[in-house]
Amino acid sequence: MHALVASLLSLVAGVVLLWSHTDGFQALTAERARRLEAARSTPPVAPFTVETMDGTVLRVPRVNGRVALVEFIYTRCPTLCQSAGADMKRLGAQLEVEDLADRVSLLSVSFDPTHDDVPRLADYGRRHRADGALWTVGRPQPAALAGLLSDFGVTVIPDGYGGLAHNVAVHLVTADGRLAGIFDPDDFGAIVSATRRTLGP
Amino acid sequence: MNPGIPAASLIVLACAAGNRWLVADPVLHVLLQLPLLGASGCLLVPQQRVVAGWRWAAGGVAPLSLALTGVAFWMLPRSIDGAVNNGMMSLVKFVSLPVIGALITVCWRRGHALLLAFVKAQVVSMAGFMAFLFTHSPVRLCNSYLIDDQWRLGVAFLWLGVALAGYWALGLFRVPAPIQSELH
Repeated sequence: MHALVASLLSLVAGVVLLWSHTDGFQALTAERARRLEAARSTPPVAPFTVETMDGTVLRVPRVNGRVALVEFIYTRCPTLCQSAGADMKRLGAQLEVEDLADRVSLLSVSFDPTHDDVPRLADYGRRHRADGALWTVGRPQPAALAGLLSDFGVTVIPDGYGGLAHNVAVHLVTADGRLAGIFDPDDFGAIVSATRRTLGP
Repeated sequence: MNPGIPAASLIVLACAAGNRWLVADPVLHVLLQLPLLGASGCLLVPQQRVVAGWRWAAGGVAPLSLALTGVAFWMLPRSIDGAVNNGMMSLVKFVSLPVIGALITVCWRRGHALLLAFVKAQVVSMAGFMAFLFTHSPVRLCNSYLIDDQWRLGVAFLWLGVALAGYWALGLFRVPAPIQSELH
């Protein structure tokens, strides 16, 4: 009898533990977990500034009440960041079609700020036709990088070939500095509807 | 004093001292450090005459459920990522795995032969599943590890499954011949 009761209790405790650890069996990976957390609890991110490809300084959250759509790249990335750049251009076009472009800022932030100087940022922007207004490319202060990546849940590791492996996503930052959504860079439908929801009528 | 404490402490201390090096490689992290920590817990289980008196563990189902919960927890990519990037999760790793190892030992000592055979079959098939998952996933399941490392982990799981299946299959050839009177 003792064993039966103990077995049932163990089973229940196990299910409860795994349920809570996986957000109701929805998030088995850290990437999924951070996306769920952003959608559910909109955690605050510390304000940060970047030096843009024009040499100006841009602050997030935006002071003009715009929603910021932020992604993290490094300019010498041969693969993911190039397709992410192409997606960002298409996202900008989509936001214009949706009549949201004047209420949103798109920002690609380099996590390799010592290498990615202003000319290299500008070159990346030129290659992907970033206009510097709706969409710009920037780099943070090297000292602020670790905290910034931690706030956004971005993991960057050496790829063993001189490059960097990293998770790629578009992060929606509200005008009051909260991380309200994390999306695949080509999931335009979800990004547009979350942006519209955040901006309100 | 429990005679296993010195050896168990040594294993845990070695795992802690080499933690940075071990977690840098997913194969060493998942298939060396985690089992070593589990093994340290095996050494802490009291003698058989003590364990035989634990009524809650009769049949082995209760310790098995708890151990499987722990194993399932540490098979999740987010737990592995957490143990690499988060100090609290790393601490949970060092505390929970010895407990899991101890529970498996208790289960092994008190479990019915049928239950143990079921567990063995599950372990082999789960190793195969993990091997398939890590070698075939087109995306990185852990943000802390490269896709090539993930593939190596999958191959290591495959070898683990093959080795365990082989080891347990060998046991079939060691079964003594049945006594004639039991056949009739």
